[in-house]
Amino acid sequence: MIRIEGLTKHFRSDGREIRAVDGLDLQVREGEVFGFLGPNGAGKTTTVRLLTGLIAPTSGRAWVNGLELGREDERIRASVGILTESPGLYERLSARYNLEIFAELYGCRDPRGQVQKYLRLLDLWDRRDTEAGTFSKGMKQKLAIARALLHEPPVVFLDEPTAALDPESAKTVREFIETLRGQGRTIFLCTHNLDEAERLCDRIGVFKQRLIAVDAPDALRRQLFGRQTVVQLAPIDQPDRLARVVSSVPGVKHVQPLAPEDGGSLQLVISLSDPANQNPAIVRALIEHGADVQFVNELKHSLEDVYLSLIHADAENQRGAQ
Amino acid sequence: MNAVMTIIKKEWAEVRKNKLVLSVVLFVPLLMTAIPLVMLALMGRVGVSQSDYEELGRMLNNPIFAELSPVEAMQSVMASNFLVLFLMMPLMVPVTIAAYSIVGEKVTRSLEPLLATPISTTKLLLAKGLAAALPGIVTAWVSYALFLIGARIFAVSDRVFDIFVNPMWLVAMLVLAPLLTIMAVNVGIIVSSRTSDPRAAEQLGSLIIVPLMILFIGPMAGFIQLNSTTFWISALIVLIADVVLVYLGVKLFQRETILTRWK
Repeated sequence: MIRIEGLTKHFRSDGREIRAVDGLDLQVREGEVFGFLGPNGAGKTTTVRLLTGLIAPTSGRAWVNGLELGREDERIRASVGILTESPGLYERLSARYNLEIFAELYGCRDPRGQVQKYLRLLDLWDRRDTEAGTFSKGMKQKLAIARALLHEPPVVFLDEPTAALDPESAKTVREFIETLRGQGRTIFLCTHNLDEAERLCDRIGVFKQRLIAVDAPDALRRQLFGRQTVVQLAPIDQPDRLARVVSSVPGVKHVQPLAPEDGGSLQLVISLSDPANQNPAIVRALIEHGADVQFVNELKHSLEDVYLSLIHADAENQRGAQ
Repeated sequence: MNAVMTIIKKEWAEVRKNKLVLSVVLFVPLLMTAIPLVMLALMGRVGVSQSDYEELGRMLNNPIFAELSPVEAMQSVMASNFLVLFLMMPLMVPVTIAAYSIVGEKVTRSLEPLLATPISTTKLLLAKGLAAALPGIVTAWVSYALFLIGARIFAVSDRVFDIFVNPMWLVAMLVLAPLLTIMAVNVGIIVSSRTSDPRAAEQLGSLIIVPLMILFIGPMAGFIQLNSTTFWISALIVLIADVVLVYLGVKLFQRETILTRWK
């Protein structure tokens, strides 16, 4: 649905060349929600502008909906929906008129019908004749999302859709994105919100001028941290002895005892290759050596851990390269 | 053309919603119509002073003023100045609207969603230009019509009235005024798409009035005579300038620069 080959964008500013996007290679599959993560200034918005035909690449090629960037930009713009960083509404005009303008510009066959459909879907129908400028941030964002979908585009670019929204509005927007996923649309989601990316995205790409890593969140976790089990034990005097017992179980790679605070429970963080088969053996070994097992859980690193680990590793690599 | 009409209607809807801009759009032409009428009416009632007579002495030798009374001659002299005023009228408000049209959307952040639609640059600029120019042209023509009615009823004799509908005035109002408006609007749009501050855009755009001052100062300085030939030549020059400016407007409108370089 989106195919990108060596996409590069350089800007000149004050005589310096700035590499906003540097050799991006990526494929986003049909019907997937793809999270495009990266720090401020990483080039996410530039990438979206490139892929929507708003700006021209310095080099590289890309196809969106089978249409080649740079050759069929007007057709690309007609076939994608874009939610820009800022809603950018005509604030003196009503919500309905804001949408009617874009429904006509996108050449919708039934502009008024489409406007009504999306105003109702996003719960804005009752405020349809109210000036958009009087709306709350959440309502403005919903209106901007409606604007991006009026022409039923198969590919939707959402640039920070929940930034600066209160939790309730953000939840509404997230739920709507899930609805879009259910309709089989391809969604390219730029976000800083890692929790949001975790909940919504089938795959994520961590990006800082170039693509650092791309995969499903769980796959990235496994690549970075492996599989880990946390065993919580009742208070015990010799944590190191139990750690050695666990280390001796076949398949266990590493055991890290976490010292209890004020005589509390002991936790063992165990890195292993096949938790389903190795966890029972670990539990048996602990019980045989007199431990009282309270809980056994898989240690699931947050996407924040994954993201920060990748960004820091990339920064180290960059420093090393220099 | 649907996209062009959509943008035009949107631009007008925004002006209608902005009471300040709307009042300026309506008030300026009314004021500029009322001032000449009041001056002509006052002159008809008060007459011509001794010093004006001396000034007119030289002018009354001009065949244009033959068979006119001193008051009528003075009213005719004033008429040429009013004509320049009427030529300025369709420029003042449209150039302000045009100068705001791109940079205004940039600062309110509505430009990027608009540029993300499949509308071409030519259509976008055509729509923005027409949206700014048409009200100016129409209000100028309506003001001219009101001026003719007012002058006929309250202010001038038949002989002076004939001056306001002679070929020079008709060429000026029906041909030159629309072409000047298109020129002003094009300059406004070019300025608007190349600056990042709406106030600077409006100030720069308003400089388009300066060349028009040639028609105001020229006759007084004696190097231009206002007649229909002068206006036909002016119209031809402005028409060529319009074509060049439309081409330049499209060429200078850089989506990428507008989206990425403006702060």
